[in-house]
Amino acid sequence: MSEPVIVCDRLCVELDGAPVLKGLSLSVHKGDFLAVLGPNGGGKTTLLKVMLGLVRPTSGTVTVFGGPPGATTGRIGYVPQSLQFDRAFPISVREVVLMGRLSKSRLFRRYGREDHRKAASAMETAGLTALANRRIGTLSGGELQRVLIARALAGEPDLLLLDEPTASVDPEMKTTIYDLLERLKANHTIVLVTHDTGTIAHHVSRIACLNCTLDMHEEGSTLGRASLESLYGYPVDIVEHRAPSAPTASSTPSGHRHA
Amino acid sequence: MPDLLHYEFMRNALLAAMLSSIACGIIGSYVVVRKIGFISGGIAHTAFGGIGLGYYLGLNPLVGIIPFSLAAAIGIGLLTRKARISEDTAIGAFWAAGMSIGVILIGLTPGYAPNLFSYLFGNILTVPTSDLWLITMLDLLIGLMVFALNKEFLAISFDEEYARISGLKTFVLDLFMLCLIALTVVIMVRVVGIVMVIALLTIPAAVARSYSRSLPAMMALASLLSVAFSIAGLWLSWVFDLASGATIILVASVVFLFSALMRLRGAPHSAC
Repeated sequence: MSEPVIVCDRLCVELDGAPVLKGLSLSVHKGDFLAVLGPNGGGKTTLLKVMLGLVRPTSGTVTVFGGPPGATTGRIGYVPQSLQFDRAFPISVREVVLMGRLSKSRLFRRYGREDHRKAASAMETAGLTALANRRIGTLSGGELQRVLIARALAGEPDLLLLDEPTASVDPEMKTTIYDLLERLKANHTIVLVTHDTGTIAHHVSRIACLNCTLDMHEEGSTLGRASLESLYGYPVDIVEHRAPSAPTASSTPSGHRHA
Repeated sequence: MPDLLHYEFMRNALLAAMLSSIACGIIGSYVVVRKIGFISGGIAHTAFGGIGLGYYLGLNPLVGIIPFSLAAAIGIGLLTRKARISEDTAIGAFWAAGMSIGVILIGLTPGYAPNLFSYLFGNILTVPTSDLWLITMLDLLIGLMVFALNKEFLAISFDEEYARISGLKTFVLDLFMLCLIALTVVIMVRVVGIVMVIALLTIPAAVARSYSRSLPAMMALASLLSVAFSIAGLWLSWVFDLASGATIILVASVVFLFSALMRLRGAPHSAC
């Protein structure tokens, strides 16, 4: 149950000479739903990119599924920020979701029947079946975000890494996305980077506060106003991190605490 | 129009226009969606060194252009992706270096100064039959490669980071696409010349994008538009006795402006 999926040990990252992550240790276990909070520039996205093998740590180690990051491409589903996409790109929802099958398919080959079936089922999970043929330029922010989640799901990953999935989404659609994640957490280990200090507490099993260094909060603890304000450097909402009212079979994490 | 077809040079010109439009529509679509028009311009201008080399060695200049434009594609790709040199710097350096090599080699060539004008600004009316075969071969190569790597090229164009995470060799694919752009430049130099390659590579695809639901549809429409621009430009240049390459580009530019104005008048929903 508590098989470690991601282990970061004294991880340091510098980007163009500036330290972004300073001596960060963290482990994510199978079945965890970890939220990473923190101010912009605090290294949240960098942490995800280290886990994906896109950014190399300056010192310290990272293992993902027991191997170096980047070696386990097929088991990770990545959901990037939706704002970076060119809405004028002539591509349909189905074509984007099919890209999730890239790690499972071979060079020079077209997507096969299996790929199309997996993409269709991922679109169904994300509630996109009716939009399959729409050009992405015609979608709302929340719809595009669900397309990116469906793309990650099409690759049948064990681990989902999401970078601010609710950043450009109106409040109503935020609930839809969190409902979707709520369903996905039964079968996936999830790491979510977010600013939604208020909403996430009801969904996640652990919270990590990241501002170059890391502060872990386990289930049941209260993330006080003082610690959040020192994290962000300005007043923020209090987050009470309680267990969900209907306790699922989620594991009790094995208590990694770090300064 | 039919009286034009009595002349072999006119038949060749029309064939060249149609054949080059195929590569132009396919590769131009990638250039537009990936916003790498300036790289294409850099590759084209570097190719001028190849023209100089061709003259100096007494070969068909098109033979000189192929290694130069491929070297420019790989060089610019390597410098910007691996050596962390900013893209505009690398492009500028290659652009100027290629032109300089061309000027020097042409200066060193004994005898009278050759007609460079037709390579800088194109002269579709002087395309020999042997060049038509070369263009056809390059067309086939480009079409085949894009067909085979269609899903990989789509992935690196839409979301390069995701393609990399999925285990694709994005750097190699990227360099390969730049090489296909280089080969397209070789084709286009005959039709519109080095200076104006960038226009015919981007304008038909940019107009096509607004009306296309998918990348293959955009490629097909861009190719058709390119054929239309070329034939219309060729006909106008014949009727009014104008430079053919420049007239083709002017036709394309007018349609582009018109299409852009239509979008301004239309719903302001999608940014472009």
